Amino acid sequence: MITDLPTPPGGSELLRTRALTKHFKMGGVFSRSHLHAVDGIDLVIGENEIVAVVGESGSGKSTLARLIAMVYKPTSGEILHRGSPISALRSRRKILDYRGRVPMVFQDPYGSLSPVYRVSHGLMRSLKLHRTDLSDRGRRQEAEYLLESVGLTPPADFLAKYPYELSGGQRQRIGFAQALACRPELILADEPVSMLDVSVRIGVLNLMSSLRRRERISFLYITHDIASARYVADRIVVMYAGQIAETGPVEDVLAHPKHPYTQLLLSAVPDPRAPVSVPASAEVQEPPRVIDPQAGCRFRDRCPFAIDECSRVTPRLRLLRPDHEAACHVAASDMEGGEQVSGALLN
Amino acid sequence: MIQAQPETVLSVEELCVDYVTDRGPVRAVDRVSLEVARGEFLGIVGESGCGKSTLLFAIARLLSPPAEITSGAVRFNGRDMVAMRDEELRHLRWREYSVVMQSAMNALNPVMTIGAQLKDVIHAHDHMGAREIGERSREVLRLVGIDPVHLRSYPHQLSGGMRQRAMIAMALVFTPELVIMDEPTSALDVVAQRSLMVQIKQLQRKIGFAAIFVTHDMSLVSHFSDRLAVMYAGQVVEIGDTRRLFAEPKHPYTAGLMGSFPSITGPIEPLVGIGGAPPDLAHPPAGCRFHPRCPRVMPRCSVDNPDFYNQEKDLVRCFLYDGRAAGAERVSQLDH
Amino acid sequence: MGVNLVADPTRAVASPDAPRASVLRGFGAALLGNRKAMAGTALLVFFALVAVLAPVIAPYPPQAILFDQILPISPQHLLGTTGNGQDIFSQLVWGTRESLAIAILAGLAATAVSVLVGVTAAYLGGVWDHVLDLFTDVFLVIPTLPLMIVIAAYAKGGGFWVLVIVIVITGWSYGARQLRVQALSLRNREFLDAARVRGERSLYIVLAEILPNMTSLIVANFLGAALYAVLAAAGLQFIGLGDPNELSWGTMLYWAENNGALLAGSPQWAIAPGICIAVLGGAFALLNYAFDEIANPALRPVKRRR
Repeated sequence: MITDLPTPPGGSELLRTRALTKHFKMGGVFSRSHLHAVDGIDLVIGENEIVAVVGESGSGKSTLARLIAMVYKPTSGEILHRGSPISALRSRRKILDYRGRVPMVFQDPYGSLSPVYRVSHGLMRSLKLHRTDLSDRGRRQEAEYLLESVGLTPPADFLAKYPYELSGGQRQRIGFAQALACRPELILADEPVSMLDVSVRIGVLNLMSSLRRRERISFLYITHDIASARYVADRIVVMYAGQIAETGPVEDVLAHPKHPYTQLLLSAVPDPRAPVSVPASAEVQEPPRVIDPQAGCRFRDRCPFAIDECSRVTPRLRLLRPDHEAACHVAASDMEGGEQVSGALLN
Repeated sequence: MIQAQPETVLSVEELCVDYVTDRGPVRAVDRVSLEVARGEFLGIVGESGCGKSTLLFAIARLLSPPAEITSGAVRFNGRDMVAMRDEELRHLRWREYSVVMQSAMNALNPVMTIGAQLKDVIHAHDHMGAREIGERSREVLRLVGIDPVHLRSYPHQLSGGMRQRAMIAMALVFTPELVIMDEPTSALDVVAQRSLMVQIKQLQRKIGFAAIFVTHDMSLVSHFSDRLAVMYAGQVVEIGDTRRLFAEPKHPYTAGLMGSFPSITGPIEPLVGIGGAPPDLAHPPAGCRFHPRCPRVMPRCSVDNPDFYNQEKDLVRCFLYDGRAAGAERVSQLDH
Repeated sequence: MGVNLVADPTRAVASPDAPRASVLRGFGAALLGNRKAMAGTALLVFFALVAVLAPVIAPYPPQAILFDQILPISPQHLLGTTGNGQDIFSQLVWGTRESLAIAILAGLAATAVSVLVGVTAAYLGGVWDHVLDLFTDVFLVIPTLPLMIVIAAYAKGGGFWVLVIVIVITGWSYGARQLRVQALSLRNREFLDAARVRGERSLYIVLAEILPNMTSLIVANFLGAALYAVLAAAGLQFIGLGDPNELSWGTMLYWAENNGALLAGSPQWAIAPGICIAVLGGAFALLNYAFDEIANPALRPVKRRR
């Protein structure tokens, strides 16, 4: 019995997922096994906030973004946009409206723009589809305005260019401009800076921050880089093997990581300013591909604290600190004062 | 300029690598000089297009047309490799220096077992009996922390981290003096990356080889390298002791790079990165290649090309450190 | 900065990354710079001109029985006359029309079917992909020549359109495979996801996003199909499965064979159309190679410039 997560502070709720699950069928026509990409995700994104989803490859974070973007259909569970399930959206108009409010920015600056068209193509198409209030001239002007707001000036020059003439950072900004064209509420950013040069990343991250401040756009920022998550996000969700391991305000989770996986991630982040830490043990496994899993914690094979219960019972997210939850039997039983509350605060 | 020390394993002198294109030669590596001492771990960092991979291939003598070395020398234990013929190179290859490539999945043959590939490597460079090959293979796998039972495994049966370690095992099979590595961790996740780096460092201490580690990820290499060389637009712009470089980056590009890494500890400060984009190597800017993006640019920078200047045993390619020009104008340090 | 250190010799398929306007501009330049392309284009243009200007070039009506039979080569009859007393040279010139038409029409039609089946299979995926793939495989595996003969014979020696249909039926499957593979590889490119996420309809995505990125492979397919059509049509007509009363190089061969031209002292009756068939086929082949070279620089002949 899952009780809902509370609405986050700072405004009304934009998006909520309940027990969101996506399984992919593996193997040929006759196989029965399923890859559990995402299992039972409860997530809330509010207005005017940046939520970072952090995890390694195979954690399901990209699948999560694509589920919300309606690229995949969920196997079970639901996604609620301002309270109404998006599975109920049938008419093209309503779906288009949702897509306009919740667009996506992609990871690969070299693959996210069609190489045969000028960079204005996607932008103009977005405007055509979502801004029916504009005339042709109006669209052109809006396109230029959008390019300026993502820092590409002079905009007229950029509109005429082909993707191969732009750098990776510039292409990603075009991606953001395309997302902005629909006047979104929430932008799903799937590893928008991972394929960019280090010196260019900050510019794009700063762009995200400023868009959130100026235009009050929320972001779901998918990344494997915890440091960048800390730099831009308000809240952080740590995913492992398709499930949420830990979630809470960014500073609190980083300062008091409760889930052993979060602790492992933090210890592995190379931070030149941090003192050299004791190296992790030699035999490190990698995140599993979750195919037809048994019950129990999926991190147990790598966890230094695993107890018997971890192999039998799948841990649920439990509130361990204010607003800060983790799905770990050991962390939960470690709690002082026995503040074990199943599910979340009933507000 | 650079004094060759007796313990120098590799010395690169004014190396230039050009690509022959329709539009004329494009210089991808411009007068690069550096040295690696015996047992030293040298990191080469830079972003895309800086020429670090080209430099690495040039050092390993793996360049193919349209890229070619147009001038300079690469001396391995004193002998110039650029001038060597293929026959002589083959003696050196793998026994005295070896190369670890970026992606194991690309470099390992997917249809051969690890054992078979090790055998291939050994056969290519030495004559050993079958039993000896088997022993050596097992030994080298154990060295990198892989159970020798995996001699019979295919690459796809191993995890990403294990594959990379298998590559390293292959590189170490003749205990070379120098191992050149091209971003061997970039295909791995953060946790596996760290574990692999630790392993490489341990191996280095144990066997005593010198290592050149090329990467775009400065912070990754920061804990493991003795010295660090920073490349930009085909040139080395700063080279020196790692700790010192991190504590006080001298070249504005290095400083800019440092300012591009958000930290997970300490207060969250707004960062700026580096504005602009790397230059087109076919038409590099006049004077210092970094000057269009430099927050501390001086008038001189757009005209002359800086040499290396000595700054407490570190070398910086920047006019800011040209001690000779006493009356040089200085733009005050701007915080962009 | 995007120069490969080691050219990948396995990529025979044109990289879709050349942007269109630059491809058009650069195409002209590449065409001029590539000898095979120039030769192929020149030949095609030549044949096209001959076909269009046939009434002007040919000295006599091709089917008119005006002359003595099997006259030798002379200034009045550049290639002599047929066993029926028709001027061979005129026939050759007029025959260009049908031969060229079959090549291009059948080539286009076969390519169209290949694109339709291949791209649809890749885009729909899942069960549809399996079904269409199976369908393609069946056609791929059927032996072409017997199938052609059976169909043509069943259609009772039909003419132009039967030939076109036969060629399309037997020729589409190979291209469909190739196109499906390329479309599959494109399917995972993020710009397609980006199109979907911004709300584009599926049909739009296929027509405006996928196909334009496949133009080089589609053109290459067309050239291959046209080549196949030239040879297949000639072959079928030669063995009598075309309509012998139509005029094309293939039917000329048929009549020449029927009249024992080689032995009867009029070998040029068979040789001339044979050469034309080979040259037209060669033109398409040259263009095909040239196209590969233009699209994939690794295949270009190495010119060492100092």
